[in-house]
Amino acid sequence: MSFNLDSKIPAGPIEQKWDKHKFDSKLINPSNKRKFTVIVVGTGLAGGSAAATLAELGYNVLSFCIQDSPRRAHSIAAQGGINAAKNYPNDGDSIKRLFYDTVKGGDYRSREANVYRLAQVSNNIIDQSVAQGVPFAREYGGYLDNRSFGGAQVSRTFYARGQTGQQLLLGAYSGMMKMVAKGKIKMFNRREMMDLVVVNGKARGIVCRNLLTGELESYAADAVILATGGYGNVFFLSTNAMASNVTAAWRCHKKGAGFANPCFTQIHPTCIPVHGDYQSKLTLMSESLRNDGRVWVPKKKGDTRKPAEIPDEERDYYLERVYPSFGNLAPRDVSSRQAKFRCDEGLGVGSTGRAVYLDFRDAIKRDGQAKIADKYGNLFEMYQKIVGANPYEEPMMIYPAVHYTMGGLWVDYNLQSTVPGLHVLGEANFSDHGANRLGASALMQGLADGYFVIPYTLGHYLGSNTLEKVTTDMPEFKASLKMVEEQTTKLLSVKGKKTADDFHKQLGHIMWEYVGMSRNEAGLKKAIAEIRKVREEFWKDVQVPGDAGNFNTELHKAARVADFLELGELMALDALERNESCGGHFREEFQTPDNEAKRDDENYAHSAVWEYTGPNSSPVRHKEELTFENVKLATRSYK
Amino acid sequence: MSNGNMTLNLKIWRQVNAKTEGKFVDYKVDHVSEDMSFLEMIDVLNEQLVRKGDDAIAFDHDCREGICGMCSMMINGKAHGGFKGTTTCQVHMRLFKDGDTVVVEPWRSRAFPLIKDLTVDRSAFDTIQQAGGYITANTGNAQDANAILIPKPIADEAMDAAACIGCGACVASCPNGSGMLFMSAKVSQLALLPQGKAEAEKRVLEMVQTHDELGFGNCSNHAECEATCPKDISIEHIARTNREYIAAAIKHHEKDRSGGGA
Repeated sequence: MSFNLDSKIPAGPIEQKWDKHKFDSKLINPSNKRKFTVIVVGTGLAGGSAAATLAELGYNVLSFCIQDSPRRAHSIAAQGGINAAKNYPNDGDSIKRLFYDTVKGGDYRSREANVYRLAQVSNNIIDQSVAQGVPFAREYGGYLDNRSFGGAQVSRTFYARGQTGQQLLLGAYSGMMKMVAKGKIKMFNRREMMDLVVVNGKARGIVCRNLLTGELESYAADAVILATGGYGNVFFLSTNAMASNVTAAWRCHKKGAGFANPCFTQIHPTCIPVHGDYQSKLTLMSESLRNDGRVWVPKKKGDTRKPAEIPDEERDYYLERVYPSFGNLAPRDVSSRQAKFRCDEGLGVGSTGRAVYLDFRDAIKRDGQAKIADKYGNLFEMYQKIVGANPYEEPMMIYPAVHYTMGGLWVDYNLQSTVPGLHVLGEANFSDHGANRLGASALMQGLADGYFVIPYTLGHYLGSNTLEKVTTDMPEFKASLKMVEEQTTKLLSVKGKKTADDFHKQLGHIMWEYVGMSRNEAGLKKAIAEIRKVREEFWKDVQVPGDAGNFNTELHKAARVADFLELGELMALDALERNESCGGHFREEFQTPDNEAKRDDENYAHSAVWEYTGPNSSPVRHKEELTFENVKLATRSYK
Repeated sequence: MSNGNMTLNLKIWRQVNAKTEGKFVDYKVDHVSEDMSFLEMIDVLNEQLVRKGDDAIAFDHDCREGICGMCSMMINGKAHGGFKGTTTCQVHMRLFKDGDTVVVEPWRSRAFPLIKDLTVDRSAFDTIQQAGGYITANTGNAQDANAILIPKPIADEAMDAAACIGCGACVASCPNGSGMLFMSAKVSQLALLPQGKAEAEKRVLEMVQTHDELGFGNCSNHAECEATCPKDISIEHIARTNREYIAAAIKHHEKDRSGGGA
């Protein structure tokens, strides 16, 4: 099969591309829209907003959700905010500046045209959300309030306390529920997509597991939209929810969807540090805290004094020192690396030495505790519950943790993957964040894709293709069903001695050690060898009790781990093949004298797109060359 | 990085499905660390069970940071353990003592049928939401966000209500099995905001009716819901909902009487 990586970027000046493209797109008249059925897998910001909007337009939407309700998708956990180029604070923001900051923030590894469109529709998202009743923070005059986030020198982040993701998700969810009531969305809760069904070269359906009954179900449609989030849980410990996994995306990859830049993962600088082997996940402390918190470590190694007893002149406010113009608001990738460097130098704090301080002493002195509580109260409470220490009285201890994956299924300008009819939205695709995502941009991208992009591009796809009728008794559906059944039987029959989590933790250790914040050739090769070993052992020694005919949570976990064990190897391979450092991908061999990422634009200004070629054959690396016509490639500096 | 020294005696409700009878089963968990979350302690127990080839205890959980609303356990007779402003996933073992006996049960309420062990079906909440828990603002309709001025106190109060995570602790704690706190949080959020006023009457009438039809009980001011709500949602929202409901009901009643025509 040939691999078509035509990005389909419309011609013309970047400011006009999207408008022109919308005008050139095929339309479907309202009475014909109701003849089309669209599957949307995932109900987070991207999937939820897409499902609601497509249903409003008149399409019949089948929506699949892994939790018991779409309101629980992991977008809900996003804390800090959502960016938009409104320029309400009159501080010099514009669509162009948001575009520029995002391309630069991504270390010049994203597609200009997509990012420009993202910045263009960002303002519509805020309008739409307010119309839905999202209670964004307001000033006393009733106007919307903004705050700053990393990688930007303007205040463009809208927020609803520390629960912005929750409020935006509940907005999209309310839109969905409205359309469920109208019969235009049919909800399938507690379902996990297990395979993509391709008929005559086009995505035409899915096979999913009913998590409650264990039954495998097939659904046919005219197009499939995947919005199943990222794959950060390949590391076992991450800020992702427990059910977040790669299975849906990975199965699409195996059915022909190119997987782009899998090694681009984001390690977020401000998370609660790891403290025990039993730990099931890591908790993020919003980046917004860096608006008022100052990051530091003691200047002296082994300084065991309480933080309050260490005078200012013996503290190293290292972000302010190294990056004077951005200070504590340096982007995530560079902030994380600096924390790692300090801890590697032996300056880390806490019982493990793998933590740095995030201190609010000066902000509380300046603004008073009440004002700080108003901004961050729920985050401070969350910290106190988990750690048992009061951040109003002593600094938080934080350390980087896996948070987001910029890589994902490759999509063109229309958000269509290399499988015609399969569109991929939100974190599940690779498109907008390059090698590093800026804070408050994930919510923006998820909602941009769902509310404002896919409604146009899907219509164009449906209007310009002939789609013969398909039914779930066709051989393609039966073959998918059989494949999933066989895998399930295999998992249940091993009856080994180790749990799915045992293997997942083993994989996670390898990934964190060799494919984490800092990577090198020898380590990556070692990772590949070790992952293969773990994968082999998994299929010989995993224990999955019970059977497939009920609510078997261990079976669900084991099936996900099996796919993570394949993805992990591809991530290491992708990191190995990218002989440069960029954004979150830091190869020790490629750094500047002051330890910053050193890009190689001559050889690597492209997205690496991997083609699956079968279980016993190596994946093939393809390239989508990136051209920069509106932003000048430069060394990214936040100094 | 070592695990801890606490030992806990657990009595956990096990039930294969809604059709079979359930019972409490005793388990002992050793080496519990005070830094573990309650769910991590259950994870440790489940890993022990699975290694022996036994069925893991089924419980709902996902984000494990107190926001998705998935986790739902009665711990020692109280929803989420009864710790102020805390979901089950945020309960940490430092709140317990070595040797404690802890009783763990599912939400028990008529409107939340049991699925397995500690997992229940809360889809009735989605049904309430479908009855009117939204503003009809189709994508593309919106005017500029700053065209609607919302004074900070109103925005803050709407946010207080909107913080509801839909976990169902209110229902599980209420002697009447009422879902009024959940429903009223949405009614109140949208009634407070200017954008929500156009549909306010229809919303409250239809949401209340659906709530009642789904088998939730009514509110008789026990305030157990408020006491156990992990997001500290106030019963003032129930009061506001009642006011909204009465006003809307009277108006519609009068309209019906004077109606006719058409």
